[in-house]
Amino acid sequence: MAYLELQELHRDFGTVKALNGIDIALGEGEFLSLLGPSGCGKTTALRLVAGFDRPDQGRIVVDGKDVTRVSPNRRDMGMVFQAYSLFPNMTARQNVEFGLKIRGRDKAERRKRVDDLLELVGLTHAADRYPHQLSGGMQQRVALARALAIEPRVLLLDEPLSALDAKVRVQLREEIRRIQLELGITTLYVTHDQEEALAISDHVAVMYGGVIEQMGTPAEMYTAPATPFVAEFIGTMNRLEAIVLDGVEGDVEHSGLRLRVDAARGRRNGERVLVLIRPESLELEAATNGAAPNSFTGEVLTQTFLGPVTRLKVSGSGTNLIADLSTARAAALPVGARVVAKIPSEGAKLISLPDDGPGLPVLDPDDQ
Amino acid sequence: MPFFAYTVAFLFLPAGAILVGAFEGKTSGWTLSNVRLLFHHPYIDAYKTSIEISLVTALVGGVAGLFIAYAALRDGTPGWVRSVFTTFSGVAANFGGIPLAFAFIATAGPLGIVTVFLRNHGFDPSAHGFNLFSKTGVELAYLYFQLPLMILVISPAIDGLRREWREAAANLGAKQWQFWWHVGLPVLMPSILGATILLFGNAFAAYATAYSLTSGTVNIVPILIGAYYSGNVLDNPHLAQAMAFGMFVVLAVMMVLYVPLQRRAARWAK
Repeated sequence: MAYLELQELHRDFGTVKALNGIDIALGEGEFLSLLGPSGCGKTTALRLVAGFDRPDQGRIVVDGKDVTRVSPNRRDMGMVFQAYSLFPNMTARQNVEFGLKIRGRDKAERRKRVDDLLELVGLTHAADRYPHQLSGGMQQRVALARALAIEPRVLLLDEPLSALDAKVRVQLREEIRRIQLELGITTLYVTHDQEEALAISDHVAVMYGGVIEQMGTPAEMYTAPATPFVAEFIGTMNRLEAIVLDGVEGDVEHSGLRLRVDAARGRRNGERVLVLIRPESLELEAATNGAAPNSFTGEVLTQTFLGPVTRLKVSGSGTNLIADLSTARAAALPVGARVVAKIPSEGAKLISLPDDGPGLPVLDPDDQ
Repeated sequence: MPFFAYTVAFLFLPAGAILVGAFEGKTSGWTLSNVRLLFHHPYIDAYKTSIEISLVTALVGGVAGLFIAYAALRDGTPGWVRSVFTTFSGVAANFGGIPLAFAFIATAGPLGIVTVFLRNHGFDPSAHGFNLFSKTGVELAYLYFQLPLMILVISPAIDGLRREWREAAANLGAKQWQFWWHVGLPVLMPSILGATILLFGNAFAAYATAYSLTSGTVNIVPILIGAYYSGNVLDNPHLAQAMAFGMFVVLAVMMVLYVPLQRRAARWAK
């Protein structure tokens, strides 16, 4: 049974539909990330759950109780904000203690709980420091401890790592996940960073234009995007607009090339589709004489060193593709080299495009 | 360097001259008699009145200005309200002297339009003890510039109150008043104290408004100093300098009270 439910939530700001009927059901102790670009409605959804805003339509249910009209100070939800949310006039200890003090807990109980939480977030040594004496990462740890102090029914995190530098971000997201698993607290996490969402969530909901485009496990979102937007937003994807030539064999046509894609089997002939191929699925090798089946021939335009892998941009036959190769293999294919990019027939995914519209513009994969 | 020369010429030299002059006799030689006189009638009364007027207008202007500024700046107040308040406060905070006195006489004087209006509607302010040309009248007139000055001075601090603090407090179970008690007011306190001391000093040194309004019948220190300096009634510039020295002392005492309070209020910001 769902512990946290967002039922058909709508929220308009003037003519802008920030939320256009979103439904979410989250089990107790689960971790869901709302992922999407700026303006997609993810923070609006979080603020509705926290009670800082009211939906125009729809319900928010926690543990079977409708809390849609309950004021934020009675919802028992802990929230961690983007940044700068610690009370500046209080030490780390006093910040964590605040919610307990408001609830009238006795001093001994408060002290023990605060000590435990500061230990949990690894800040016992900084208990008596004021926020401005703490680094950004430490401040967010205190904010997390403060949110957890009241033993909230749901933990809400609004892009809590976005103001931190890359290394601290990775460390802290792992800590958030560790603590969440340790306490088994139902968590709603808002982020625009897909890597972050995939790394720490049980479920990810990708939002765009006030609606949920797709919701699933991180693996499902990555391997089987349901919409062109999700395909574009989650990870890097080669996108080839094509037409199904033979729905029995699984043949499609893109820029005059006939490609075999298993996912095209059973499709209607003439259907417009988007063929999606992850950069790591492409096989790249030096071109030899004679055209290989299911492949493009092109030239290496750029190489981008990413550590263990190198990203190559290949252009040919009117198509731009990107491929990730191990750095050692990429060394054999320098910029300007003629290469063959093999499309894996079983690894590619397919999404239908509307027959009567232009569908999606074919984006440069580098821009994704 | 130019600024240093400017402060020496227009601040330190005059202040030094006052300090030295306060201890000089009318004819010649050093004396403490000028300073000693300050503890006797009418000088001590002038200080009492000046301090009273300054305290009342600083506190009333400070509290009212704080509320008005918060109401004008808080989330949800239309943007134009903020612009109107800021512009009006900028003008009103600098409106003083003869024009302000005249404006008050024309509105709240015995034949002022507000007084006449009230009288025509059955309420006579003078029958209830109100007299514009009294200490209360001076306080009322001072509030006209004290209140907008508070709005101007406190607005940046109110702007600095982050929405996240209010929301975090609510999220942790706090009611509005609990947020203000535990977070809002403590965060604003250093600015409130600073603004209040500024308002006190502003009122304590004001001269023209009170003089034009009361023709010198309200006994405050700046008016007394003016009377001694002008030489129309009594000619003793050294006594006037001693009174100015006394004003320094009063302000210094205020600062001595203010600094530890401010330090305590802002201990979290160090």
